[in-house]
Amino acid sequence: MLGLNKKDTSLLIIVALLTLLAPFILNPFPEGSAMAQFNAGYPDLMQRFVIFGIFAIGFNILFGLTGYLSFGHAAFLGVGSYSAVWMFKLLSYNVIPAIALSVVVAGLFSLLIGFVSLRRSGIYFSILTLAFAQMSFALAYSVLSNPKFNLTNGETGLQVYADDPQILQGANSPDLPHLFGLPMRATYTMDVGAWSFDFNAGYYLCAVIMMVVFYLAIRIFRSPFGMMLRAVKSNQQRMNYTGLNSKPYTLAAFVISGMYAGLAGGLMAAMDPLAGAERMQWTASGEVVLMTILGGTGTLIGPVLGAGFIKYFENIFSKINDNVLHSWFAFLPDGLEDAVVFLIHPFIGKGWHLTLGILFMLVVIYLPGGLVEGGQRLLKRFKRKKKDTDDAPSGKTEPAE
Amino acid sequence: MTNKNVTRRGVLKSGAVAGSGLALPTIFTASSAAAFTNEPTGSSVTLGFNVPQTGPYAEEGNDELLAQQLAVEHLNGEGDGGCLNTFSSKALKGNGILGKKVEFVTGDTQTKSDAARASAKSMIEKDGAIMINGGSSSGVAVAVQGLCQEAGVIFMAGLTHANDTTGKDKKANGFRHFFNAYMSGAALAPVLAAEMGKERRAYHLTADYNWGWTQEESIVASTEALGWETVNTVKTPLASTDFSSYIAPVLNSGADVLVLNHYGGNMVNSLTNAIQFGLLDKVANGKDFKIVVPLYSELMAAGAGENIKGVLGSMNWNWQLQDEGTKAFVKSFGEKYGKPPSNSAQTCYAQVLLYADAVERAGTFNPCGVVEALEDFEFDGLGNGPTWYRGADHQCFKDVLVVRGNENPTNAYDTLEIVEITPRAQVEYDPEHPMFAGGELGKCNPGA
Amino acid sequence: MDAILLQILNGLDKGSAYALIALGLTLIFGTLGVVNFAHGALFMIGAFCAVTLQKLLNLSFETLDETQKDFLGNPLKVETPYVEYWFGPEVGATIIDWSVPLAILFAIPVMLLVGYVMERGLIKHFYKRPHADQILVTFGLAIVLQEIVKYFFGANPIQTPPPDALSGSVDLGIMVGFDPNAIIYPIWRLVYFGFAVGIIGAVFSFLQFTTFGMVVRAGMADRETVGLLGINIDRRFTIMFGIAAAVAGLAGVMYGPLNPPNYHMGMDFLVLSFVVVVVGGMGSLPGAVLAGFLLGILESFASTTWATTTIPGINQIIIYLVAIIVLLTRPRGLMGRKGVMEE
Repeated sequence: MLGLNKKDTSLLIIVALLTLLAPFILNPFPEGSAMAQFNAGYPDLMQRFVIFGIFAIGFNILFGLTGYLSFGHAAFLGVGSYSAVWMFKLLSYNVIPAIALSVVVAGLFSLLIGFVSLRRSGIYFSILTLAFAQMSFALAYSVLSNPKFNLTNGETGLQVYADDPQILQGANSPDLPHLFGLPMRATYTMDVGAWSFDFNAGYYLCAVIMMVVFYLAIRIFRSPFGMMLRAVKSNQQRMNYTGLNSKPYTLAAFVISGMYAGLAGGLMAAMDPLAGAERMQWTASGEVVLMTILGGTGTLIGPVLGAGFIKYFENIFSKINDNVLHSWFAFLPDGLEDAVVFLIHPFIGKGWHLTLGILFMLVVIYLPGGLVEGGQRLLKRFKRKKKDTDDAPSGKTEPAE
Repeated sequence: MTNKNVTRRGVLKSGAVAGSGLALPTIFTASSAAAFTNEPTGSSVTLGFNVPQTGPYAEEGNDELLAQQLAVEHLNGEGDGGCLNTFSSKALKGNGILGKKVEFVTGDTQTKSDAARASAKSMIEKDGAIMINGGSSSGVAVAVQGLCQEAGVIFMAGLTHANDTTGKDKKANGFRHFFNAYMSGAALAPVLAAEMGKERRAYHLTADYNWGWTQEESIVASTEALGWETVNTVKTPLASTDFSSYIAPVLNSGADVLVLNHYGGNMVNSLTNAIQFGLLDKVANGKDFKIVVPLYSELMAAGAGENIKGVLGSMNWNWQLQDEGTKAFVKSFGEKYGKPPSNSAQTCYAQVLLYADAVERAGTFNPCGVVEALEDFEFDGLGNGPTWYRGADHQCFKDVLVVRGNENPTNAYDTLEIVEITPRAQVEYDPEHPMFAGGELGKCNPGA
Repeated sequence: MDAILLQILNGLDKGSAYALIALGLTLIFGTLGVVNFAHGALFMIGAFCAVTLQKLLNLSFETLDETQKDFLGNPLKVETPYVEYWFGPEVGATIIDWSVPLAILFAIPVMLLVGYVMERGLIKHFYKRPHADQILVTFGLAIVLQEIVKYFFGANPIQTPPPDALSGSVDLGIMVGFDPNAIIYPIWRLVYFGFAVGIIGAVFSFLQFTTFGMVVRAGMADRETVGLLGINIDRRFTIMFGIAAAVAGLAGVMYGPLNPPNYHMGMDFLVLSFVVVVVGGMGSLPGAVLAGFLLGILESFASTTWATTTIPGINQIIIYLVAIIVLLTRPRGLMGRKGVMEE
């Protein structure tokens, strides 16, 4: 189907089902129950899962295939966000021109940076991209937000003000990012018994876009172009000796992944019309590197899993406080309850960084292939138990190498 | 959660599920008649406390969180009632808000606009928070304030000192209890004139982002009005950890006062560096060299240790004040947590009480009712004496403190001493003042 | 002229910290081939060795002073450090005063141990893994280490003042014939520079003049051959990891009095120190030191009013700008070796 082999088709279908049914899958616990704390099916977090998934898929096209480790990819995300908000400011709140411009601008920006940075390889390349991104961050945070030439609005973040031109904004169109009149914020809540599920317009826009770019990523992975990129990773020198110039290929991969990042940035702005400079800081670039490695470098689904994993911890674990703990363990005798809360306390709320750090280490120590490998192992064990002789493909995914 | 806007996909989906689950009697129980975002329908109401729990301001955020928990206790009639006993408005009875028990959720802003908005959104979308309180930087305050305006909940800002929060970025759903850079300048200037004379030459080091600029602008304006001269204004990158290369040239610049427009870790380091270079021991232009830190906080003072001795600055509030509201709050906070509260803690505590009181007086949780109740509200008994929430820009006006690093602290908490309590009238300004012009308050948004 | 000298001093001072951290990083790259994102955390742990020692020396017993009141109106608790009780107020106060220099003695064994445990317990298993995995695991470790420190010491910076005798500043200008007040410089910053030069000298002479160092250098050049000669190079590399950790830790101990330590100071230096190492050239120890001082000096000059008025914002980006220029003109940094970390 769609020019994919059977395995990829089933992978695409699985991803499509997961994203479309996310409001159900992510809200497994009834509203008001103690476990509801772990529900992730509210619009903002679902949007974040998908947007960072797109970011990581794009990053993986560069890093997973060519092995070039860019440490400045957040710059493209930031540039994408800024362009989208500028479109809101100048044209209208319709998200289509905003997203389109963010992809184009991020593409041009990555062409420029990629052209320069790809003159070096290995860690020298990483540091060049890091340097460009940090310069962009520093300039966006202060210099480019001075009153005379305010391109980024600095610390506060670029946002739409009432006195902005918005020349195409119709009189009746919503005063919020919208898709031809359908606000991104629009949410339909369905209550089924004790459960409640949110269906958000913005989320489904992101989800559809993610399915498209995921499909594109599969096509790139399986194309001769993707093969060429893998050749760059395994032995660039040999490739050069055979008379092939690898630079156009790596540059193309760099620009494509830059455009993915720009798309993610544009979507972020479309979901929430504010663009802050922190999006370009090295920590943000580092985050996408971590997402990709954590999920499984070079696999198709891995980066998406990694993105979901990190965002889940950031948004869910940071919100668990002592009160919540006490309510969970209220059934224990008083002394024991306090002891349990005391033991868990360092790992939740303000300690969510600690939990995340420990999990990074555990995953990379025990699952060298990232979360995808964990999934595959589980599947294998599951399958072996079911029927020992079956040798079917693992269904989920397969590392690119 | 309510039916805000029916999407086509939503209809398809729910149709499918409804078809498959006709046996379930309770489908679509949510009333679609809610008048505003997150209208509390049960026996409790949820407030969202959004403070930095990781990153450099984690201690500040932690203090805010403690104070907010205390406020919730007092609202629910637990503990000693704190400022409920001294508050001039007597609408609060200690039985929650409008009879509903107050609950809260917490989140981590990480002192980043993006993370703060994500956290606030999760409180609004997932936990049904009706109001967001707290925070520790102006960038975050402006970002979250904008979000709350769009989402239709009330925002009370926490620690934010930049003029823009109630200037060009002011929003109808947002209120600020904290003072601002202009007020710092207005309060400090007379004290500076009295202590250092009217012929001084000032050298500014300014954190290179929005808050730093507005503070520099305010202090330069108010000191130049005194007759001071500004020798130089130097911007320092936010990421700086060492300020030696900025401090070193100060002594030979012809200046005799150094103004540090820095906050948090930046301020701790730049002040430490300035002391290292021996600035305070020097004589320039025949006068003793002085250092001014326009915005102080207790935690910064603790971080700067010995170095703040004798250094002047301003504060929103201090636990050593002697009015009844302050005494009641310090007592209940101190007895519960074993330390006096910081000024950001007091701000967040007062804001929770003020919000609850406004709801009681309005008789509704509807943000528009709350805004109306808070606008031009005058009260006393929460610290700082008679206080006014100005309707024109949602800035709070009250006395501002000028403080100085204590030369002989007797314990870990009195590192700052109050030099002067600047009366409210002296720090008031016109809402159309050029430093604040440009924004529009807009109309209150109830969401839904 | 005096302004230029002053900024050179500042640059050397900043450069000292960069050079010390980068030196350790390069040692680990060069010997073990590991990208250590936890190196900044080692620097931070060093600084907190000083904080810990200061706290230990300040351990006090409490007596109630009825004449004074605390903030709640209860009798004030007066704290007397045990050290002052045992050794008498004067000797005790002196010991506390000198806690930072004393912390050097405390930090060396602690850091060697931390380094040893880290290498044997974790890094060892990552020699053959891709650099990406090394980054992930050491970054995770860095987060864990800094969160542990935050748990015990809080997020607020903690002052570790220098001894009274070494605090304050001296007028260097007068000594070389300038006007008074022309070049005032803090004593501890001079101490820090001297200390850094001493440590760097010690590491280089250790590698240059001892048999151990010779073997390590040989191993850095060609690990396999040295292994084939029957030398246990792994054990020596482990020891080098410990030494690298100790260098970072000592840099942290001595840095405390310049800027009070906080739990995230390691992360603040992390990216910068990688830039320094790469600008110096992968695998080159002299390159790391040279780049450290060079970037320190350039950063200082970029922050002068003259520089920022000529090119607005130059102080924000100078380090990265220099890194880009160096890497584009010299493919392997200032003194890098061919083939190290280029894939």
